[in-house]
Amino acid sequence: MAYRRGVDGSVETVSDETVYLDAASGVPLHPVAREAIMAAQADGWADPGRLYAVGRRAAILLASAREAVADVLDARPDEISFTSSGLTALHAAVLGTMRGNRRRGSRFVHSAVEHSAVLHAAEWHVAAGGEAEAVPVDHLARVDVDTFVARARAASVAAAALQAANHEVGTAQPVSAVADRLGDVPLIVDATQTLGHTPAPCGWSVLAADARQWGGPAGVGVLAVRTGTRWVSPAPADDHGRVPGPPDIPAVVGAAAALRAVVREQSATASRLSALIDRIRARVPAGIPDVEVLGDPVDRLPHMVTFSFLYVDGESLLLELDRRGFAVSSGSSCTSSSLEPSHVLVAMGALTSGNVRVSLSRDTTVEQVERFLDALPDAVANVRAQLDAPS
Amino acid sequence: MSPAALVLDCRGRRCPLPIIELARRIDQVPVGAVIRVEADDPAAGPDVRAWSRLREHEFIGASPAADGTPGYEVRRLR
Repeated sequence: MAYRRGVDGSVETVSDETVYLDAASGVPLHPVAREAIMAAQADGWADPGRLYAVGRRAAILLASAREAVADVLDARPDEISFTSSGLTALHAAVLGTMRGNRRRGSRFVHSAVEHSAVLHAAEWHVAAGGEAEAVPVDHLARVDVDTFVARARAASVAAAALQAANHEVGTAQPVSAVADRLGDVPLIVDATQTLGHTPAPCGWSVLAADARQWGGPAGVGVLAVRTGTRWVSPAPADDHGRVPGPPDIPAVVGAAAALRAVVREQSATASRLSALIDRIRARVPAGIPDVEVLGDPVDRLPHMVTFSFLYVDGESLLLELDRRGFAVSSGSSCTSSSLEPSHVLVAMGALTSGNVRVSLSRDTTVEQVERFLDALPDAVANVRAQLDAPS
Repeated sequence: MSPAALVLDCRGRRCPLPIIELARRIDQVPVGAVIRVEADDPAAGPDVRAWSRLREHEFIGASPAADGTPGYEVRRLR
């Protein structure tokens, strides 16, 4: 603990160490990834397309990273490509699948609560003359299987996109149930929030994932395209395959090593974190008036919970918590550059102001969660007092 | 448009100020009467709707004011 003197001369304690509760925005590099990257920087720097010895060594490292990711996804290694981020993987998944299925039509169907990267790709597709349709969700942020399937199987639909779980409120989507009934309509699954946390989804035609979510480096995304799925690169043609240029091989090797490591401990980590989330979901509304806990309490990501506090602005609450040594994120409009409220919160009919998302990592301890739960009521009360909120 | 018993001008006020104003003033209209909030923050629409649900009042709908500012109407139920 450190101490800080306020303007009025009072002394307050400030935390030295920030408790990081925003794992869904990215987690620190896994120790296994750090070692693998160091080793691969010595051995995997060359162009993997070259036939000389150092080129072949780089190609072998890349192939084994691809095999590791394919293994987790229950896919074939040649179905896996690496992109420069989860976001670019999502863009390539949507635009490449739409392009590859032009003969079916030009309509793109997606849930209303997809990641903004999917929505931006949809806008791009519409600007190029295509059509897009957002399927509404219920108050838990979940699509209805019948509705989603009916929209996705309508005439001139080229592809449909459904996330494995929502990135803001954690609700799992019925991906398998949808996939079972989609017929030959390609299904794009955004697994950026789930891969490394829960078993890989089934039934996808095209999948995107993000190494940042499982302790890999920030610059690695995964694009997986099932054999037989039509997919045409939305970028200019390139010798390297679906994604232009050879990837950053040391980073890819690190991402694969981290994925292997987290998947090995996945179910133990998930049950530990899920119990902590249950505790947060129970204690926050018990100790703080006028709060709504969002998302599905059971069928959800194991490590995430979101609430909206009445009469609180998200930005002030984030800063209050930061001052107390806790890092969380918010979907409130005052915390976004656009000043628009989160499309996820709007689609599920939730209160958008006073929104806080807490997401835990494998490093989060019970003690950290308890400290957060102890600090939260006072932080909320402070913001409410500043706003002169009604009680 | 339902005739509003009270109109709150929340132009230029960022969320959650419009719903704080609404919470403070709803008791000034009788049960069954309509209170109208005019607010230009893009979060005001979803927030007035969610506030009505959480506070068990009836969200009637949205209609713009004469100057084009979005307006939201709520019926006091209790």
